Amino acid sequence: MIDSNYNFAFLDERTKKRIRRALLKAVAVPGYQVPFGSREMPFAYGWGTGGVQITASIIGRADVLKVIDQGADDTTNAVNIRRFFALTTGVKTTEKTAEATLIQTRHRIPELPLTASQILIYQVPLPEPLTKLEPSRQETIKMHALSEYGLMHVRLYEDIAQLGAITRAYDYPVMVNERYLMSPSPIPKFDNPKMHMNPALQLFGAGREKRLYAIPPYTPVRSLDFEDHPFEIQRWDHACALCGSVDSYLDEMIVDDEGSRLFVCSDSDYCEERRDAGHVGGQQAVHLHDALATPVINSTTTLQEAA
Amino acid sequence: MKSQVLLSARQVGKSFVHQGQPRWACRGVSFDLYPGEVLAVVGESGSGKSTLLRLLAARHACDEGSVHYDVQTESGNEPTGMVNLAGMSEARLRWLARTDWGFVEQHARDGLRMNVSGGANIGERLMALGARHYENLRGEAIAWMQRVELDTGRIDDLPATYSGGMQQRLQIARNLVTHPRLVFMDEPTTGLDVSVQARLLDLLRELVDELQLAAVVVTHDLAVARLLAQRMLVMKDGCVVEQGLTDRLLDDPQHPYTQLLVSSVLTP
Repeated sequence: MIDSNYNFAFLDERTKKRIRRALLKAVAVPGYQVPFGSREMPFAYGWGTGGVQITASIIGRADVLKVIDQGADDTTNAVNIRRFFALTTGVKTTEKTAEATLIQTRHRIPELPLTASQILIYQVPLPEPLTKLEPSRQETIKMHALSEYGLMHVRLYEDIAQLGAITRAYDYPVMVNERYLMSPSPIPKFDNPKMHMNPALQLFGAGREKRLYAIPPYTPVRSLDFEDHPFEIQRWDHACALCGSVDSYLDEMIVDDEGSRLFVCSDSDYCEERRDAGHVGGQQAVHLHDALATPVINSTTTLQEAA
Repeated sequence: MKSQVLLSARQVGKSFVHQGQPRWACRGVSFDLYPGEVLAVVGESGSGKSTLLRLLAARHACDEGSVHYDVQTESGNEPTGMVNLAGMSEARLRWLARTDWGFVEQHARDGLRMNVSGGANIGERLMALGARHYENLRGEAIAWMQRVELDTGRIDDLPATYSGGMQQRLQIARNLVTHPRLVFMDEPTTGLDVSVQARLLDLLRELVDELQLAAVVVTHDLAVARLLAQRMLVMKDGCVVEQGLTDRLLDDPQHPYTQLLVSSVLTP
């Protein structure tokens, strides 16, 4: 059902054209944050107004839209954005990653490798990776212009010094095309390697901060690290309880007062596809009684070794 | 001491608009600074000392005159040799400021990154230059902490937990880690108590000697000038009233203002 009181995809044509122009610039300069005239949307900030505006400006009648929130198709944010576009454009929506031409995502990249005919649109809360290190916007713009990114390593150094490892698990800073430092939006660092040389076009929109940026297809994306503390992604000792996958990003849910945890794929479509293909997981929660007794990082030894 | 001039100021001036009228904060300052030489700029507060320092360090642009600096490191097609700071690109100036120069602020808090540890403060310049090995950075930080007589056990503490004297030492270490050839110091010992001042001055004198640093030290304390500097500029109302060798100037002041300044020093 399409609501004909609205223009196609809610925004008026001129606004969409202006956003597309900003997107062209963003694609031309990978990782560079392009300011754009962000509009009020019928969503609260934090609900993905930036991503929604990008989707609205590039969606066509032949597109197939998939919306995910933390990997899942059935959460509030995803359901409402999907319904919004179904209402204002009438395009076909899907939950299948392989069928979609546009995928709007909040904080995950689908497990299924993307193809050159797909566009991935990220919702971004804080586009500026340096913002917590350097409060002045003018100064951060200058740092980007001159490619002065030592400060980001100061932050990573500080992580290792205080905690023994780079502890940042999401929104892990990346260098795009060896030129611009970029915030990948709060995706888990597990997804960072998927951005590297991805055949799909990746677009990022921050509605409140009024910035767009992009990673064109087949662009090198490198996660920052130290030579002696290389970048690593998260690993689990468990498999997905539903589909038995051992190489996907797992959500950990505490299911009772005894400390039982259920590990399931965060990407709901991926999990379902696997189950349909006949894969079966343990179907039960695991007990982790000593989960808190063995800390992952032993910062005291690291400090002593260093001293 | 080499004869090649390191920094040369010619008729340097800067004016600020005050109540609609331009007023010269400092004007007509000329001098040459040689490698390894320490120049003290003294004068009462409001005499334009800090403005002059900011002009020399290219933090302000000169309204009059020019500052030339002997750039040695080559980069692309940027000029080397005596280069006018006003004609340099901002990227090149910022690069100079964090490699070949140091700037020690009066208040250590202005010169330090207060939200990261002492070790990270020392390592910042190295990381900006591309150092990407954690243990090496840490080793360098420890070496510099020892050199400026900081307790290496405090390496992972935030600078806010350091005492005033320690913060100033940390600031100095942070600046010297890239082995700059020229350091600007704005009242480096002001605000510290006398015994800490004495130790800091001692340290500075040693470092300057050891590293063959050239320095421009702004101070209103003649004792600092006497201890550190080979040469002195005396400023009053934005103009240099007298300049020369420190000992000559302090023992035999010619200008009435310098005489006043020297005679007003309290001797216990």
